[in-house]
Amino acid sequence: MFTSNPFAELSALIAPYFMQTYIVVMIILVALGTIYDVLHKKSAQYFRANMARSKAAGTKVGGGEKISMAVKTAVVDVALSGEFCNQKRRIAHLLGMYGFILFALATATMVFFYPTSDVATPAIWPRLWWLGAAMVCVGGYWFWFFIRVDVAAEGNSPFRLMKADLFILSLLGSATFALVWGYLQAKGHDWTMIAFWLHIIFTTILFVSVPWSKFAHMFFKPAAAFEKRLSAANGTRNNLPAPADQPAKFGKVDRQPRNY
Amino acid sequence: MPTFVYMTRCDGCGHCVDICPSDIMHIDKTYRRAYNIEPNMCWECYSCVKACPQNAIDARGYADFAPLGHSVRVLREEDKGTISWKVKFRNGHEKNFESPIRTTKWGTIPSPAELPPPSEEDYKSQELAHEPDVLNIDGGLPALTPDQLKKGVV
Repeated sequence: MFTSNPFAELSALIAPYFMQTYIVVMIILVALGTIYDVLHKKSAQYFRANMARSKAAGTKVGGGEKISMAVKTAVVDVALSGEFCNQKRRIAHLLGMYGFILFALATATMVFFYPTSDVATPAIWPRLWWLGAAMVCVGGYWFWFFIRVDVAAEGNSPFRLMKADLFILSLLGSATFALVWGYLQAKGHDWTMIAFWLHIIFTTILFVSVPWSKFAHMFFKPAAAFEKRLSAANGTRNNLPAPADQPAKFGKVDRQPRNY
Repeated sequence: MPTFVYMTRCDGCGHCVDICPSDIMHIDKTYRRAYNIEPNMCWECYSCVKACPQNAIDARGYADFAPLGHSVRVLREEDKGTISWKVKFRNGHEKNFESPIRTTKWGTIPSPAELPPPSEEDYKSQELAHEPDVLNIDGGLPALTPDQLKKGVV
């Protein structure tokens, strides 16, 4: 089950050309949705104005330092999700992020390079496909049921839906029904195609809803992280106070409480 | 001066939601970021400002002294045990303050979720949940005995 290409078996029912066209259309929709999102919310304009203000007020930062900051942003903030202060959220986010990348990459590779049973699929791609979808499910359901803060704190039902859930739920639906589809297909079950079409419906919602969901955060979050590092380097620190210079006088944390 | 959240800095961790004594810090339904739902009801305790690990919450100054380009920003440094404030007025004048976070080390006070739920007996007690242990008081809360009260009170 974990080494067979589910799309090769599907090619008996749906021509590979349609599957490849679907993926290209989804990529175009993500690109268009992101551009619309950036223009509509004026996020690029906001970041550019912030950068210009920071540059005018702060000291000059050299090109080498900027490259170093870009590398740190890519490694710490993007690759390791360093912005999260809650380690559980960070792990859940990393599972979802890398799971999605593996899942999407394996899907595209199998559909474009090994679309039919005539071409043998290396076992690594189906394995990565299963692993990626499973990682998305573990990270996503963990976040959804146990880490979300607006449920316990505000006394809401865990099943209450709102616009902010569009991204996570469509991603979870896509990954979950992909796993179900893969399993039913391996078992030769009658409901295989029902699971497949549910997977396609959730995947389509995920990519079509970019302007309304938080899908585009994966593009503008790195810009925000870089801007944060730049403002720390040029001394403006986003208007934050300078680090405390007299902690011995003002920050005696080891003293005993005096208020009882 | 009620508080507000920079949505681009907030990561939706919910520390402010947990700590707000007025329960007015909520999570936004569109982006899952924190926001102050009712600035009029803000007690101005600045618990959320001090608790935010992303420095995403600021105080909005009143219009009579700090409109148009002012800012009130705070930096918490847990390792140093300090909290620093930078108040910037619209004429460019700045005031900086540095103070201890509080009298106990950051992170040493357990949240209610980390403490055991109260028993049936606890509900009958005059004391609040987990008192007096969480107040570091041995032997019960100090209270007057009936003979120390004014005549006619008991």
